[in-house]
Amino acid sequence: MATVLKTPPAADAARAEIEHYIEASQNKSLLRFITCGSVDDGKSTLIGRLLYDSKMLFDDQLATLRSDSRKAGAAGETLDLALLVDGLAAEREQGITIDVAYRFFATARRKFIVADTPGHEQYTRNMVTGASTADLAVILIDARKGVLTQTRRHSCLVHLLGIHSLVLAVNKMDLVGYDQARFDEIVADYRAFARDAGIEAFTAIPVSGREGANVMTRSAAMPWYRGPALLEHLETVAVEPRTAAEAPFRMAVQWVNRPDQNFRGYAGRIASGRVRVGDEVAVLPAGTRSTVKRIVTFDGDLAEAGSGQSVTLTLADHIDCSRGDLIAAPDAAAEPAVRIEANLVWMAEEAMVPHRSYWLKIGTRTVSASLGAPDAVLDVDTMAERPAASLGLNQIGRVGIDLDRPVPAIRYADDRRLGGFILIDKLTHKTVAAGLVRDFPAGGGRRVGAPRSEAGEILWIGGGETTDRAARAARLAERLKAQGRHVFLLDEAALNGLVHDLGEGEPARAEIVRRAREVALLMTRAGVHVVLALDAREDEARPGRLIAPGEDDGEGADQWVI
Amino acid sequence: MNAPASFARHRITHLEQLEAESIEIMREVVAETDRPVMLYSVGKDSAVMLHLARKAFFPAPPPFPLLHVDTTWKFRDMYALRDRVAAESGMELIVYRNPEAERLGINPFDHGGLHTDLWKTEGLKQALDLYGFDAAFGGARRDEEKSRAKERIFSFRSASHRWDPKNQRPELWSLYNTKKGPKETIRVFPLSNWTELDIWQYIYAESIPIVPLYLAAPRPTVERDGLLLMVDDDRFPLREGEVPVERSVRFRTLGCYPLTGAVESEAETLAEVIQEMLVATTSERQGRAIDRDGGGASMERKKREGYF
Repeated sequence: MATVLKTPPAADAARAEIEHYIEASQNKSLLRFITCGSVDDGKSTLIGRLLYDSKMLFDDQLATLRSDSRKAGAAGETLDLALLVDGLAAEREQGITIDVAYRFFATARRKFIVADTPGHEQYTRNMVTGASTADLAVILIDARKGVLTQTRRHSCLVHLLGIHSLVLAVNKMDLVGYDQARFDEIVADYRAFARDAGIEAFTAIPVSGREGANVMTRSAAMPWYRGPALLEHLETVAVEPRTAAEAPFRMAVQWVNRPDQNFRGYAGRIASGRVRVGDEVAVLPAGTRSTVKRIVTFDGDLAEAGSGQSVTLTLADHIDCSRGDLIAAPDAAAEPAVRIEANLVWMAEEAMVPHRSYWLKIGTRTVSASLGAPDAVLDVDTMAERPAASLGLNQIGRVGIDLDRPVPAIRYADDRRLGGFILIDKLTHKTVAAGLVRDFPAGGGRRVGAPRSEAGEILWIGGGETTDRAARAARLAERLKAQGRHVFLLDEAALNGLVHDLGEGEPARAEIVRRAREVALLMTRAGVHVVLALDAREDEARPGRLIAPGEDDGEGADQWVI
Repeated sequence: MNAPASFARHRITHLEQLEAESIEIMREVVAETDRPVMLYSVGKDSAVMLHLARKAFFPAPPPFPLLHVDTTWKFRDMYALRDRVAAESGMELIVYRNPEAERLGINPFDHGGLHTDLWKTEGLKQALDLYGFDAAFGGARRDEEKSRAKERIFSFRSASHRWDPKNQRPELWSLYNTKKGPKETIRVFPLSNWTELDIWQYIYAESIPIVPLYLAAPRPTVERDGLLLMVDDDRFPLREGEVPVERSVRFRTLGCYPLTGAVESEAETLAEVIQEMLVATTSERQGRAIDRDGGGASMERKKREGYF
């Protein structure tokens, strides 16, 4: 019998075993979490412990860790696991911004992406960035210190960002003698705070990152604790909150795929819910209806697809649908809104300028937005509101925002992927704020016949001869006035008094453009639209729009002020 | 292939999530930039990136060209795979070689660091300028080293290709800010959240073609300066007393052949490479290895017991 076998059975079995292992480990789930706490809470040691004990280190990393531990470690001859994640000194020397670092580890069941926000500076900004993609937050408490102001701040931010899965890791239990009474006291303190802050549930785990107690496995040092070890909990906790799984189907269209006349597909990543071939859908904000004809992927058509998947849909009807639109289940059809009320987390060094115009990117749609003065600023330590005129770096405020084009009205509380937005400075292109849609105030629908944004726009009529520009500018200004808008025509004649001290040539030309832009900017802040008859380069014209000859003819004028 | 079993579950796996995220990033770049390009180095990460691009834009071919910044010193197997894969993808392949480096005959044996500077760094800048690309996909991953852990997915470069690490934009949710000045360019890293193990598992799961050099085979090698180098062609100047020895080796990363060290290995299949990698990462570990669902630790134990 044995002679008919070409390979020894042991080799075959081994190969089958390898393949079985690989197949099994392909079916892990993914959990993204954020760790909140400072170096003093032992956060780096705890993350280092997770990386080390889950064996996600390569030999070269381990060799480096050994030599680093001998050189700089605080733990003597043993390995200082904090060194695995602390690259801070080196980064400071290189002048690299230390904000959010992402770490990776995996177990047999799950892959983990950890957003780690080191440092104390700009903590709010960094934590909000890390929390925006996290499914769960681990909030660290030093068992010796208990619930601190920063514990409350971290919890409030995490709660604001819509993370419902919270772990309270009471660390350094070894330093309080693994005392149950101390742990119970801290948990009771936190429970009282959580109730007031509106935090519905949390899981408290007593751990010691340094000793590895209750990190990977339950520790014999704390027999009184009957819950799961930290990693056990992270491995088994539900990744997706029930609300997202049950949410109606929604997908923002990223790109229209048109390889030829016969195919028109809408590519996007499904934000929530599920979609099946034959489902009726609405295209928002227009509200047009159609049905899903195919769900196309490289691996073949699907009968259905769900939240998190990147797919390409084709529709049964030839309807208007393009990038920025939302394809959604008809019962989830959100009203179009041009006014939103949001929580803004200001992230730029430069303070917010009320009534100035910013780009707002929400879903796959980018619109022009004008911010009102903040209605209130949030104290992140207490979540209490107080009045303020503007928002500075790391401040969170409630702000009303006017949009130049409608977006589907979806609240952040209902959909984290589609109810969050970023604000972009039109001049520097920096991301200046993160926004969370709270509500759509009454009267936020289309206000026909009235100017739709509080700030004006600057329209540069460029190209051609001076006299042509003046004539084009005058025509455009008239048309806009006829629509009931406040318009000021700033042509070269009107500018004369402002620039008569300047001569000829390039430096003078650039200075004329600069002065004209500054004047126009002041007027836009008063809500006036400025039509500028002056040639400029595109980069000089920003934040205004440069309109070349031909683009402002006839009906086309309407597109310039919206 | 209709409705494969994996989609009947209402939960997607980590590889499916990574795939979907990378596809989302690529589509965002195509929708919001004028002239994107994909840097293609023929390595395993490039192979995965190209495969994802084909998925992202299917049934259309990816709407951008591939750019190989060549040094003329890659392994012969790499050139062969590059040409085959480009033809299969239906994409335009641009091969750029820095004419100055070509004229000066820059090579890794005589010119040290200058080799990388001129062929790769300068070559890339020249190619981007020459073709006017405003966004370039690269295959870098955050897990490659500690210092890359906070790298952005969208990384901006000034008109002179400079990177300003003090001025990086925060990346929130999956809302990428792609606004840029007239001459600015973006480097985009769609594989940021993949680990090396994810890459190998995905190559295995999707049967993605890779350069055979990743698998062990008998190859002519010499040991030099602590590296095991493969004598890939007759441009390799043997030092006195050096005789190429046939060893069973494979490569963990691929670059210019005179600069790329091999590891001795018997792993002739992808599954064996993954197994070797898992064992390699566990071999040095002591401590409390939990051993639950037959993961890496149980693998190691089985090996110790002489199972394989």
